[in-house]
Amino acid sequence: MKYAIFVVLVLLLAAIALANPFILEPAGFLAFVKRAAPLVILAAGQYFVIVSGEFDLSVGSLVTVEVVVAARLIDGNEAATWPVLALLLALGLLVGLVNGVVTTLLRVPSFITTLGMMLILSGAVFLWTGGAPRGALSQTFRIFGRDTLYAVAIMVVVGVAAVLLTRATYGRTLIATGDNERAAALSGVRVTRTRILAFVISGLAAAVAGIMLGGFAGVSAQVGQGLEFSAITAVVLGGVALGGGRGSVVAAMGGAFTLEAMFTLLNLYGISGALEYTLQGVIIIAAVAAGAVQLPRLTPTPRKGDAHAS
Amino acid sequence: MSERVLGSLSLRMGPAQVVFLALLAVLVLGAIVGGAEFMSMETVVGIQQRSAALGIVAIGQTLAILAGSLDLSVAVLISLTSLVAAEMMESGNVAGGVAGALAVSVLVGLVNGAVITKFKVHAFIATLGMTLVIKGVLDHLYDGPAGRVPDSFQRLGYDRIGPIPVSALLWAGVALAVWFILTRTRTGYRIYAVGGDVEVARLSGVRTDRVVIITHVLCSLCAGIAGLLLASRLGAGAPTVGTDGGYDLESIAAVVLGGTALAGGRGGVAGTVGGVLLLAVLDSLFNLLEVNSFFKDVVRGVVIVAAVAVYVRRRKS
Repeated sequence: MKYAIFVVLVLLLAAIALANPFILEPAGFLAFVKRAAPLVILAAGQYFVIVSGEFDLSVGSLVTVEVVVAARLIDGNEAATWPVLALLLALGLLVGLVNGVVTTLLRVPSFITTLGMMLILSGAVFLWTGGAPRGALSQTFRIFGRDTLYAVAIMVVVGVAAVLLTRATYGRTLIATGDNERAAALSGVRVTRTRILAFVISGLAAAVAGIMLGGFAGVSAQVGQGLEFSAITAVVLGGVALGGGRGSVVAAMGGAFTLEAMFTLLNLYGISGALEYTLQGVIIIAAVAAGAVQLPRLTPTPRKGDAHAS
Repeated sequence: MSERVLGSLSLRMGPAQVVFLALLAVLVLGAIVGGAEFMSMETVVGIQQRSAALGIVAIGQTLAILAGSLDLSVAVLISLTSLVAAEMMESGNVAGGVAGALAVSVLVGLVNGAVITKFKVHAFIATLGMTLVIKGVLDHLYDGPAGRVPDSFQRLGYDRIGPIPVSALLWAGVALAVWFILTRTRTGYRIYAVGGDVEVARLSGVRTDRVVIITHVLCSLCAGIAGLLLASRLGAGAPTVGTDGGYDLESIAAVVLGGTALAGGRGGVAGTVGGVLLLAVLDSLFNLLEVNSFFKDVVRGVVIVAAVAVYVRRRKS
């Protein structure tokens, strides 16, 4: 049941193919993957934070900041592309580090830490640019989000890196931390360091997603709006429990694909525009509720056989 | 010796007192920096006007958070109720409009509470889903402001008795009612019990599901009252009035600023009132000093995080 989300994804893709067979062709499928790529990367980053028992609400505004900063600093100058890219990644890393340090060392709930970070980031970037985004991205910068092969390649690299990370010792200590912080600490896990690293990963993922969205969606003050909620929704759709300790990163990324497939399908069937939100809300609640129904089996109630063992 | 006395004094101070102390400090600072202008009638009335709507929503949010839940759907619910009220009042039927708006609020609260307790959906996802549902309906039905409230109803938003606006009195009334529920009724004790430890509360015979549903209904009712207040101020309903005001996250921030623990079970109404006033006074001070509005957001973010960091320190010591 761990990968139930992929059954849903396949069903949705089949429904899309019925209305528009283009998605069955390599070009059509890759276009879909490209559209989903930024959200998949955000969901992968958010997974690490959520499985450690925290939230990261700052990723949406971080994406906006990345795009606005890039446009202002590059300002159409090709030569500035690579230094600015490095700076953007460093910025994502720094924001994640601050989120992690404030949450763990100052013991502020991450909901509040990252909410504060959201206000600070969006306030600071528009203070700096004077209210509206200025400047322009370079051609090279735009390629990462606009060119299908680049976008898909970046997503695959991020996805593989995320999977390898969860398979490594870090992934196990992360899940242990989210499941039972005290037990993890007593078994020698450096809980604080583990959580800070999770926030850093989420910040980096937001930086990468921001770089791609800059090329894909263009420079605007709204580019990252609501992405934090979409990313959290995607992770939860993938069966990852809010509160931590349970779930897989592959399923979280599957959740992001599913969300994107749902948008595509709703568009195709003409439920575009307003009611799309309504349907989306109902589906998300229903999906999570359906997932929760199976939860009781996972709670450690003593089974009949256990009585003899103890 | 005196150090010890001071230490024990500050230890005994709860977060609610801390936030009022901070409020006092900002007021003194404002009086020094802003002088007569800061203490003018206009500023005082302005602070009350600005804080009334957020204040009412935050009182409701306090209930949800105390019970260990939270409600992200208040902002869209405010928009929805402002439209329901304004549309129904277009024919001059004020009582009908008020009843309609409150009925919608109760329904939304019931659904939120039921989804969270019966379907075991995390409050974050349940109320986020509700936000999407209502947003879709609003976007589908409305392009802009709609309906009209009669002049008599607009007095709720603009009239004042001496230096006190009617809207501030409404806020005070809501705060008092919820304070009474929390500190003088069984329901109030149960809310604290459920927020403190839902399993212990259940084992002690509290019907925990019912308690959570009640807090969500009351929280939505508060959002509905805020929607009515905003409709009376605008003279009409507006599909974006709630989200533009950022009432969802801002109300949660105000509650936490007031010292209520986000995990539930600890805190109260007084702190929330202090938190909302602190945000509003800071806002007035910045307006007076003509501080850039983006800088205000930065300061607000820092204040909220810093305040919670301070509270956590105190609780630990």
